[in-house]
Amino acid sequence: MKKHTISILVENKFGALNRIVGLFSARGYNIDSISVGTSEDDSVARVTIVSKGDDDIIEQIIKQLNKLVDVTKVVDLTYDSFVERELVLVKVSANRNTRPELMQISEIFRSKIIDISPRSITVEATGSEQKVDALIKMLSPFGIKEIARTGRVALKREFEGAV
Amino acid sequence: MSTNEITGAEIFVRCLMEENVEYIFGYPGGAVIGVYDAMHDMSNIRHILTRHEQGAVHAAEGYAKATGKVGVVIVTSGPGATNTVTGIADAHMDSVPLVVFTGQVATNLIGNDAFQEADIIGITRSITKHNFLVTDVRDLAWTIKAAFYIASTGRPGPVVVDMPKDVMASTASFSYPKEVKLRGYRPFYFGHMGQINKAVEIINSSKKPVLYVGGGVINSNAAKEVYNLAKKLNAPVAMTLMGLGSVPGDDRLSLGMLGMHGTWFSNMAVDQCDCLIAIGARFDDRVTGNPRMFSPNSRKVHIDIDPSQISKNVKVDVPIVGDVRHVLERLTPLVQPLETTQWLAQIDEWKKEHPLRYENGPEIRAQYIIEKIYELTDGQAVVTADVGQNQMWAAQFYGFKNPRSFLTSGGLGTMGFSFPAAIGAAFGVTDRPVFCINGDGGIQMNIQELTTAVGNNLPIKIIVLDNGYLGMVRQWQDLFYKKRYSHVSLGSNPDFAKIADAFGAKGLVTDKTDEVVPILKEALKINDRPVLIDFKTTTEDNVFPMIPSGKTVAQMIDYPKSVEELKMSKSRVEASK
Ligand SMILES: Cc1ncc(C[n+]2csc(CCOP(=O)(O)OP(=O)(O)O)c2C)c(N)n1
Ligand SMILES: [Mg+2]
Repeated sequence: MKKHTISILVENKFGALNRIVGLFSARGYNIDSISVGTSEDDSVARVTIVSKGDDDIIEQIIKQLNKLVDVTKVVDLTYDSFVERELVLVKVSANRNTRPELMQISEIFRSKIIDISPRSITVEATGSEQKVDALIKMLSPFGIKEIARTGRVALKREFEGAV
Repeated sequence: MSTNEITGAEIFVRCLMEENVEYIFGYPGGAVIGVYDAMHDMSNIRHILTRHEQGAVHAAEGYAKATGKVGVVIVTSGPGATNTVTGIADAHMDSVPLVVFTGQVATNLIGNDAFQEADIIGITRSITKHNFLVTDVRDLAWTIKAAFYIASTGRPGPVVVDMPKDVMASTASFSYPKEVKLRGYRPFYFGHMGQINKAVEIINSSKKPVLYVGGGVINSNAAKEVYNLAKKLNAPVAMTLMGLGSVPGDDRLSLGMLGMHGTWFSNMAVDQCDCLIAIGARFDDRVTGNPRMFSPNSRKVHIDIDPSQISKNVKVDVPIVGDVRHVLERLTPLVQPLETTQWLAQIDEWKKEHPLRYENGPEIRAQYIIEKIYELTDGQAVVTADVGQNQMWAAQFYGFKNPRSFLTSGGLGTMGFSFPAAIGAAFGVTDRPVFCINGDGGIQMNIQELTTAVGNNLPIKIIVLDNGYLGMVRQWQDLFYKKRYSHVSLGSNPDFAKIADAFGAKGLVTDKTDEVVPILKEALKINDRPVLIDFKTTTEDNVFPMIPSGKTVAQMIDYPKSVEELKMSKSRVEASK
């Protein structure tokens, strides 16, 4: 089953998000991540959903999404080239001995240390999902206390470039 | 409050007037008592008090299906609202335009487990086309306008408007919007000309075409256009349960119903055709059986207003998304009359060899009753049918001559639909008789609406096909569960005729074939109240033909004359498992 990244523009109204999520859950599909925020237009929210599923069923879900009265646009970015980012905050155990190495790792990932205490540091990073995964893997031997990920946000690339 | 402000309740009534609502089916309660107060002064709109909220919704459905107008319902919060759920789900499955107004507790109490609070917006989210909670009286008129617009355009469906008590009591000035613009809702009507041309190419090269038409044809008022296309192409027409009446049942081009209990010849024709033109139909599993083997030799054109129906169950060659009537208006002039003499001759032969049939005898056969109703009404009645064997026999043996004449619960298969639906239909249609075909099980769901029918002097003919069983379930237990009849006997049925009398309707009963026609004639003479006829029929009759669930035309059981023949058919089905 393929991972799909679906970008949805929806009227910024209560209940609208429920309708969207309901179309996935009604088919027993898990949403791997969902991010919601306003778009270029205040009255419209952009929802980015990552979900794994059969192509046929995802296609059916997208058609159903299009039918929702509050939804103004749906794009399955999976088949386009798109830019994607995710933001993560990781709180890791740290002490005098481990702190330098942690700072090195953080630097390699071009992430920031945004909080520090005698027993922990909190790292903020943005990047693709893979980059965030890799960072977490590197930090886990030190003892991860808490993680908060935003889930993927994505936009279609304008220049297909290359060629 | 400035002088030109009126309450939400008054705005509600003014909006209904703007929408030219004739009937509103409902049931009052605390959360809508203010709205009911405003409705007390309505002059052009009649409120019909049903005796259960489910009855109100099905009545509104019957009215909407029979007339093509939007059915309107009002109920109170909590239990009033939850009682509408089955009807709303039913309307959603069968694309019936409804606006259902529900009362709600005051906005400051929502979410507090207040008295008679239910989250009806959450509950109905997946069974409505759209729903609204009104939180500000100034949004009320716009919301009602939008609700009617959404319910009645595109692929029609039910819309719920939840109205908190305080919102309806507060005031605003009233103006009704001329139109509403919804960014995310632009029903697509016309159909892509490129696709239409591709379809024309396929159709023009066909030698064995079949039209497969569904409820979308009825909804878009396109029966005439479909009939014209069929006549121009010399192509036979197979209709779904919801599409019956699109083409007159007595026309040579009509194949009657297709699918699980469709005619033998319609299923054969669909199986053998080289071009299948699906119009306003959705390749439902009751039609296709095994979707991979459905109409295997044809190229397929699919016209439907709902893009999500395209290639959902069966892949098609040319989809055309658009309103059926608009598409046909442009497609029909472009197709050529086809040379189908041989194909139609083949079909005539099939019709002769494998007609719908039953053996008459002194014990009443349900099929005979339907046939006689057809003859006595010349195929012109509005017929509602419930769910089960009674529904299939009504579909098979009443040769519907007009669209909007057969009202039944297709998608959801809701027992208890047919009687309240007949009530709604009887309000909408006054120049043709209304027959409610029911089972002895189904009549006991919503029998309370006899009060509504009697109170409004509706001359509905209620036909109870009383076989003493939950017949369709018994049939499956007979055919597929070794005749182990588990909890399907209705042995303790009441005396239905006496019940009818007690309600103030006319009750009649018979168990003799030769009394069927006289008793129907007697019923047709009664025009000031409902008549219920309890027809005690044979008890263990089965509906045939039958394509068992998920199977193909090759496993179709036609009409087994003997137990031996039936056993053979069954073992064929078993062998193909
Ligand atoms: C509300 C509801 N409950 C259960 C069913 C399942 N069901 C389908 S047909 C049927 C039997 C109906 O019996 P009856 O009304 O006597 O009609 P018959 O088949 O005997 O004509 C049942 C129980 C249903 N369709 N709807
Ligand atoms: Mg029965």
